[in-house]
Amino acid sequence: MTTSTKQPNNKPLSHLDWLESEAIYILREVAGQCSNPVLLFSGGKDSLCILRLAEKAFRPGKFPFPLMHIDTGHNYKEVIDFRDQRAAELGERLIVRSVEDSMKRGTVVLKSPDEPRNKHQSVTLLEAIEEFGFDCCIGGARRDEEKARAKERIMSFRDEFGQWDPKNQRPELWDLYNARSHKGENIRAFPISNWTEMDVWQYIEREKLELPSIYFAHQRDVVMRGGAIVPINVPLTNGEVINPPKAGEEVINMQVRFRTVGDITCTAPVISDADNVSKIVLETATTTITERGATRLDDQTSDASMEQRKKEGYF
Amino acid sequence: MTSTHTNQNTNHNDSLLRFMTCGSVDDGKSTLIGRLLFDTKTILADTLSQIERTSQKRGMEAVDLSLLTDGLQAEREQGITIDVAYRYFSTGTRKYIIADAPGHEQYTRNMVTAASTANLAIILIDARKGVLTQTRRHTYLAHLVGIPHIVVAVNKMDLVNYDQAIYDKICADYLDFANEIGLAQSKTAAGNDISFIPMSALNGDMLVDRLDNMPWYTGQTMLEKLEAAPTAHSEHAEAFRFPVQFVCRPHASDDHELHDFRGFMGRIESGEIAVGDAVTVLPNGYTSKVKAIQLGEEKLQSATTEQSVTLLLEDEIDTSRGDMIVKSSDVKEPVKQIEAFVCWLSETPMSPARTYVVRHTTRESKAKIGTISYKVDVNTLEQQAATDLKMNDIARISFKLAQPLMVDSYADNRSTGAFIIIDESSNNTVGAGMII
Repeated sequence: MTTSTKQPNNKPLSHLDWLESEAIYILREVAGQCSNPVLLFSGGKDSLCILRLAEKAFRPGKFPFPLMHIDTGHNYKEVIDFRDQRAAELGERLIVRSVEDSMKRGTVVLKSPDEPRNKHQSVTLLEAIEEFGFDCCIGGARRDEEKARAKERIMSFRDEFGQWDPKNQRPELWDLYNARSHKGENIRAFPISNWTEMDVWQYIEREKLELPSIYFAHQRDVVMRGGAIVPINVPLTNGEVINPPKAGEEVINMQVRFRTVGDITCTAPVISDADNVSKIVLETATTTITERGATRLDDQTSDASMEQRKKEGYF
Repeated sequence: MTSTHTNQNTNHNDSLLRFMTCGSVDDGKSTLIGRLLFDTKTILADTLSQIERTSQKRGMEAVDLSLLTDGLQAEREQGITIDVAYRYFSTGTRKYIIADAPGHEQYTRNMVTAASTANLAIILIDARKGVLTQTRRHTYLAHLVGIPHIVVAVNKMDLVNYDQAIYDKICADYLDFANEIGLAQSKTAAGNDISFIPMSALNGDMLVDRLDNMPWYTGQTMLEKLEAAPTAHSEHAEAFRFPVQFVCRPHASDDHELHDFRGFMGRIESGEIAVGDAVTVLPNGYTSKVKAIQLGEEKLQSATTEQSVTLLLEDEIDTSRGDMIVKSSDVKEPVKQIEAFVCWLSETPMSPARTYVVRHTTRESKAKIGTISYKVDVNTLEQQAATDLKMNDIARISFKLAQPLMVDSYADNRSTGAFIIIDESSNNTVGAGMII
C-alpha cells in the first residue's frame, strides 16, 4: 500500500467556485467552437445564473451570442417583465419567438385550447433555430432535474430534426468538449449540468442575483387539483386572464412560491413562507420532494415524459 | 414545507470530489450508490415512491434501488444500463459528483469515459468470488486513465460471515496484481494510493455507518474515505498551463478605454500565475509579462489551477484560441509527433489509412496514424499485434500531426496529456488518447 506524500499546494476551490469556473469554461468553449450560438433565456432562476456566468466569461466584451426566449404566451407577467428588464440592463440583444405565432402558422396544433404549451416550445424552438441558422443553443438544464437528464452530455448533439438519441451520444471525456456539427444539426450546451437546485440557490445568494418576484413567498389564489396547487385567474402580459377555477373548485388564498417557473398551465407552486434567498436555501435543504416532483404537471404523465420530449427536440 | 431533516448541506465553502464506481451489476454497485444517496438523504420522498411504483409494476417485492441509476426508457424496459450517468450528493463538508459507469456492454469505452473526470475510483469485489478478471480489467483501466486514488470495496461481507481471513486474502491477492501492473509502485504527479474497505452495501456496513459486524476493521468507512480524499485541485502538477480559449477584444465598444483591451480567456489547467510573471506563448514563442488577472469584474493578484480567468499581458502580441501560455521559466517545445495509449470509442473501426482530427486542450490538428505498436487485451493484459482498432480496443499508437501541440505526458498532467480523436465525416468523438 502506498500513500501520497505530496502536500496540497493550496486550498481547493470551494464547490461553488469550481462549478462557476467549469460553467465559464463551457461557455467559452461554445464561443470558441460554434459560429452562431444563442443563449436560451426564460427569465427563470437557472437562466439567470447563466447570464451571470456569461458576464464573468465575456466581460468587458459583449456576449458572443444573442439571448432568445421561446414564449408559450402563457408565461407569468412578472417573469416576462423581468426578462425584458434584465436583457435591457445587460445591453444584450433579446430575440423572442412565440408558440402563438407557430399556432397561427399552423405548425403547432393544440388538442384543446387549455392544453399545456410547454412541449410545443420544441416546434417553435426548431423553427427559430432554422430561421437564424443557430448551430448551438445554450440552456440552463441540470442533470439533477430529471433521470433522463442524468445521462445527457454537456455538449449534446441533435440531428437536423432536433432529435436527441440517448443511445447514440458522443462520448465526452475529460473537459474536451466536441461541439462540431454539420449544417442543419445543432448542439445543445448545458454549462450548469453539474449543478443541483441547491447549488443554483447558493449561487444566487452569493452573487446577489435579482429574481422575478414569484420565486419568493407571496399570497396567491389557487385551487387544489389532482394533488397539485394550481394558480387560478392569472393575468398575462396582453391583459388576458387565464386558468379560471373549474365548477365546484374551492378557491383558496395561500402563501406560496415557485421552485421552477414555466408555462402557467403546467407549473405548480409550493406552500412556503420563504420570502428571501437565504430562507429558500434553508427550505431547499429540508424539503422532502424534488424540484419537479410536485411542481411540474407535464413531467408526471409517464416515467419517461422528459426523455420523450427531449427526443422530439425539447431542450 | 415542514423541516424534519437536512438532506443537503448549506455550507458554502465546501470542496468538490469527482469519483467513479466500477463493478458489474451483481457486485452490488447500484446498491452501493443507492445507499450513499439514501443515507446522505439525497433521495427525496417522491423519487422513492416513484421507484416503489415501478418496482411493483415489475412484480418485485422489494424496492429496486438500481431503478435510481437506470434513467432511460430502454434501460428500464430491458433492465440494463446503457450509458454513463452522473449523480450528485453532498455532505456537511463536500459536494460529490459520481460518474456511474455501467458494468457490462461496452465496458471499456464507458469506463474510460467515466474515469476521465474522476479523481477516485471505487472498485467493487464480491467477497465470495475474490479478485476476478473484471477486477483486473477495472483496475488496469483506472490505472491507465490515471485515477490517483483507488478504493477497493470488498462487498457482500455478510455472505461470508464477516470473516476477516477472507478479506485479508482478497487484499493480498489484489496487491499482488497491483504490483504486477506497476500500480502500487507508480507515482504520478498526483500521487497514488490504494486502500481497502470490507463492507455490505445491502446491510449498510462500513458505508455511511460502521455497524457492529466487523469489529476487526478499524479503518475508514466509505464515506469517511470520500470525505478525506484529496480533490484533483489540491494535488495538481506544478507547471503552469493556460490554453487560450477565447480572445476578448471589445474594440468596437462605446467605451474608449476598452479600445486597447486584449484579454486572453481560458482556464488554468495546472500551476499558478501571478501578476508580473514572465510568460511565453506557444507555439510562436512570443514573450511578455502578466499585467493583470481578472475573474469577472474582480482583479486578482494571482490565480491557480481550475480557475477560469482572463489574462492581460504587457505587450501586444498575436495570440489566438489554441495557443498555450506557459511560464517563461518552464517552456516546452511543441511537438508534431506523439505517442499515446488510445481507447477506440466508435462502432466504426479506426482506419490507419484515414486522417483524423485530434483535439488537444483548445487546439485542433489533423493527424495521421503512424505505427500501432500493440493492442492490449484488457482481460489478460497481453500485448497483441494489430492493424486496426475496433470499439473498446486499447492500443499504443504514434501519430503524425499537421499542427504543433504543446503536450505533457499524461502521467504528469491529465489536462495537457489527454486528447480526443474526431471523425470529420460524422463529427463524432471516436477515440480517447493519453500521451506517453
